[in-house]
Amino acid sequence: MHYVTEAEAISGHARRCVIQQPVFVDRIGSRVLGVLEFVGAVTTLGARAAIEVARPPYEPREILRHLYDFGYRSTPLILAAGFAVGVVLSMHTRASLERFGAEAMIPAGLAIAFIRETGPLVTGLLVSGRVGAGIGAEIGAMKVTEQVDALEATAVDAFKYLAVTRILALMIAMPLLTIMMDFAGIAGGYVAEAAVSGMSWHQYFERSFAYIGYADIVPATLKTVVFGFLIGLVSSHLGFTTSRGTEGVGEASTRSVVMSSMLVILSDVILVKLIFFFYPQVAA
Amino acid sequence: MTAVRFDHVSKAFGPQQILDDISFDVPPGTAFCLLGRSGTGKSVTLRHIVGLVRPDSGHVFIEDEDITVLDRRELARVRKHMGFLFQNAALFDSISVGENVAFPMRRHTDWPDATIRDRAGQKLADVGLDGRYDTMPGDLSGGMKKRAGLARAMALDPGLLLVDEPSAGLDPITAGEIDELLVKTKAAGTTLVVVTHNIPSARVIGDTFAVLNAGRILASGTIEALDASDEPLVQAFMGSQGGG
Repeated sequence: MHYVTEAEAISGHARRCVIQQPVFVDRIGSRVLGVLEFVGAVTTLGARAAIEVARPPYEPREILRHLYDFGYRSTPLILAAGFAVGVVLSMHTRASLERFGAEAMIPAGLAIAFIRETGPLVTGLLVSGRVGAGIGAEIGAMKVTEQVDALEATAVDAFKYLAVTRILALMIAMPLLTIMMDFAGIAGGYVAEAAVSGMSWHQYFERSFAYIGYADIVPATLKTVVFGFLIGLVSSHLGFTTSRGTEGVGEASTRSVVMSSMLVILSDVILVKLIFFFYPQVAA
Repeated sequence: MTAVRFDHVSKAFGPQQILDDISFDVPPGTAFCLLGRSGTGKSVTLRHIVGLVRPDSGHVFIEDEDITVLDRRELARVRKHMGFLFQNAALFDSISVGENVAFPMRRHTDWPDATIRDRAGQKLADVGLDGRYDTMPGDLSGGMKKRAGLARAMALDPGLLLVDEPSAGLDPITAGEIDELLVKTKAAGTTLVVVTHNIPSARVIGDTFAVLNAGRILASGTIEALDASDEPLVQAFMGSQGGG
């Protein structure tokens, strides 16, 4: 019987490492290249979208149609979610502030949290789910059934007609939906607070906005324009790059939600930092 | 002047060579039929003509203008004078059949709505789909979709009509009607480039022909020249009676 010596074992291990290392490095390298390729493609498309917006034809009908679909038809979801988050946040805020005898600050605390961060972020994530998935699936389905090619063959710029109009509609709809989300959240907070303390709407509203200024509302609401741009851009890109039939369409839809949500969260970090830089009073 | 000219066009997708040094001319007002087995590059050839695919090497000329060097906007200008029937019709499924036909008119003309609806209705009637203006594409059979796609391709009475498998999925009577319509369209001065497997149909429509095999033109010329070809594949093709 041959026993493996320590030297042989070490040499075997070293050999396995040598064999496995290139595979591992290849995998990492191909992932990194994939990510870089994706970032490059989305950036190029973003630049093209920015140029195409300024060029005729402006497609107002398509933009209005998408505004209706993405904005108006998202309203029930945004209002319901905002109200529910407002109720829950109010309950949590009360539990925390009660310890310090600062219940009177509940409306202001909730309003600041909602307007500065919760409203824009939750709106971004909800729209990523509802609209991002739809854009990825719709354009993806058009791609695999040659409808995108048919548009091009009809002398219509498919990217402009399908993607730019959707991106623009999302950029317009997002701040409006965020304002709705903010108000629904504050209303939810009021209902939760009124149920416990019997506070009047007038008093609650007055306290909510006692510490809120222009710098709290405008930059936080306008940052959702960037969210809209990113959701529209990434979902359109994934739709346009769909292959492999219906399976590919499903994948484009799922990836649209995942990538849009991730980009909303990541861009939020950068945008908050920028807001703090340009409006130091917000950070104070 | 030629309506379409392929000048030593080659195209590969990855390792697969689809077109290999293809050259042909299509005179204006004639019908050129591209024949060949599935997967020989016939549809890719049509896509080159409309500029959806650019060749790896060689040039494609439309009315003596090299479209392989045109940018997106210039290409759109050339495409406005073309109609393209896709193999699977590729109707826009979010709008009605009539609006599919009206789409090119709404995009490229300033005709009033009533005129556009009238003309779209007439185009639908030409392909036997009168009264189907408000039907959604999803509610049509495969053959009806094909006919609606043809109506859309002819919406602006293009100077060059590209047709991918016009009779595929159609019953023999409707296929005959479509052939007749294409012949009429050609008689009105439109140049046709038709991809088909259906030899009887090609004999009715075509003036000149080419048989593609493995990305190369195996034989080309008039129907008599192809009938007299010694190539076994061409003989088998020309002798076939199948539609399809």
